[in-house]
Amino acid sequence: MSAAKPADAKKPMNTIQAVNMALAEAMTLDPNVIVLGEDVADGQEGGIVGCTKGLSSKFGTSRVRSTPISEQAIVGAAIGAAIVGMRPVAEIMLMNFTTVAMDMLVNHAAKLRFMSGGQTHVPITIRTMTGAGFGTGGQHADYLEAWFAHTAGIKVVAPSSPADAYGLLLSCIFDDDPCLFIENMPTYWNPGTAPEDGTRIPLGQANVLRAGEHVTLVSYSRTVGDCAAVAAKLAGEGISVELIDLRTIAPWDAQTVLTSVAKTRRAVIVHEAVKPFGVGAEIAARINEELFGQLKARVERVGANFSPVPFAKKLETAFVPGQASIEAAIRKTLG
Amino acid sequence: MSNPSASPPKAVLVDIYRRMKQIMQNDERFRAVIKAGKIIAPYYSPRGQEAIPAAVSVNLTDEDYICTIYRGVHDMLAKGVPVRELWAEIAGKVTGTCKGKGGPMHITHPKTGVMVTTGIVGSSMPIANGLALAAQIRGEKRVAVAYFGDGASNIGAFHEALNMASVWKLPVVFVCQNNGYGEHTRYELATSAKKISDRAAGYSMPGVTIDGNDPLAVYAAAKQAVERARAGHGPTLIEATTFRFHGHVFGDADAYMAKGEKDAAMAKDPVPAFRAWLLANGHSNEGELAGIEAGIEKEIDAAVDYALTSADPDVAELRRDVFATELSA
Repeated sequence: MSAAKPADAKKPMNTIQAVNMALAEAMTLDPNVIVLGEDVADGQEGGIVGCTKGLSSKFGTSRVRSTPISEQAIVGAAIGAAIVGMRPVAEIMLMNFTTVAMDMLVNHAAKLRFMSGGQTHVPITIRTMTGAGFGTGGQHADYLEAWFAHTAGIKVVAPSSPADAYGLLLSCIFDDDPCLFIENMPTYWNPGTAPEDGTRIPLGQANVLRAGEHVTLVSYSRTVGDCAAVAAKLAGEGISVELIDLRTIAPWDAQTVLTSVAKTRRAVIVHEAVKPFGVGAEIAARINEELFGQLKARVERVGANFSPVPFAKKLETAFVPGQASIEAAIRKTLG
Repeated sequence: MSNPSASPPKAVLVDIYRRMKQIMQNDERFRAVIKAGKIIAPYYSPRGQEAIPAAVSVNLTDEDYICTIYRGVHDMLAKGVPVRELWAEIAGKVTGTCKGKGGPMHITHPKTGVMVTTGIVGSSMPIANGLALAAQIRGEKRVAVAYFGDGASNIGAFHEALNMASVWKLPVVFVCQNNGYGEHTRYELATSAKKISDRAAGYSMPGVTIDGNDPLAVYAAAKQAVERARAGHGPTLIEATTFRFHGHVFGDADAYMAKGEKDAAMAKDPVPAFRAWLLANGHSNEGELAGIEAGIEKEIDAAVDYALTSADPDVAELRRDVFATELSA
């Protein structure tokens, strides 16, 4: 369940480097892996933040293609190539831009396996970045994972560290189902432990980052870091928090979460997406269905304010769930 | 018939007719069986549009791909999808092409290159690009054909797909079957271009408008486009004008059409017209064509029986093919 133990001698690595390393490795392993997206080739600087830097120089512009700004065409091309055996990694620069390719993602990528009776399948990976914190306002920072998690046939993956980004991205690329891979933009440059070469992290398995007794804290993506900080702080007061990083949002690792909550009998779910109808609602409902009589407190959810992502720094800071709100939710469950 | 100089060999002419007549006879039976209540399915009749996929498909092999749309039974049959499995799928039976899980709007049959059938207007084109992209990257000589209607040329996916195909010189042929109506709205009310093929210029690719009821014209245009794609010179937009005899969806009252418009179009039915032309020009004889027609009818009889007597899919299929791994009960 835990991440690969990295070699101590390794230098720290950020998520951009980890994603780049995973892509390079996948392309080396399998000629069917191709990369498509706006600006991804080196002639266009290898991506807006440089995740694909060097790939076209190494693997050629036939396999690493900068595309027009045409999200439907990008995802459509990835789908078509995938159903005849390629493993395209399509970059949709920002998660909000997936909205202009929703037909391709929801009606086609997610459903072709089922609708064809299993004759075709769509092993694509859609890489996309998002997250509040850069003052990009209402159309560049949404977390829309619940939209995709609500669609049968697509997997949704959201790493919280560079090593996880590496291991999960490799798993997505070599998975036989369509995967949406969500990268958090504001933490791209944060250094983390470097991954072990070639170590893949299985999809659908959560990571228990911290064992605890009193309350289960469930999160994914950027807010895992805030959760870890809060858990560490509360440990000083003798509050023992079990922190679970889902890693894969859909299909999520219900077994690990339910086993933990059966033990702690309290649960708090944290995500950066807005709270209503979010992933937290599904997890809370499932805990309720399975463990209703065993809970010592109602399940708490922490998510962003139900508004578009605002621009002004003061508003943006208030919009996202911070450590204070996570701490308050935990204390609420403890009564 | 136009352009006899580009006329294909006799065997190809007869093959085009066989495909047209197979589409026509299957369509007649689909409508009869659905009307009789023996099969319950949404059905978008392609009657009147037979010549287009018939004359395109003789330029393709099983290695070539097509993406088609909800009005696509003619495209599927012309590409060679087995009649039995097609019927069983439309009947929602486990013996269908897609185990009864796709239905008439989502027929898939990779063995004959029918890779995607979409119920979403405009979505055949971006995916056909991907099929062509795979062929291009792998250095294969396959071609992808995207079928769509005139209405689809007004959706963004058309423009994104044609632009990308042109920029990358993808081996794809865009075949617009312009039947004059997008659902119930007449072409002129919805489309700014005089001709769909005019739009090709905006994407720096050849665009031609041909009479889609003339198999020789379709054959010649398709041959040129397929050869161009196969040679690595990129995509072509073919607009084939035609008419759908049975409206948008089966049961359509046609109240949105001008009086007499449909009757006039049906008087120019491409299937008997091509039959008469083949006979008049000595490309075939009554015995040969009657034999083909009887064979098709026999094939349909067997297919209907197969479809109606096949089993329904097991409810457990709901858990299968959602993901690679079956979902737990």
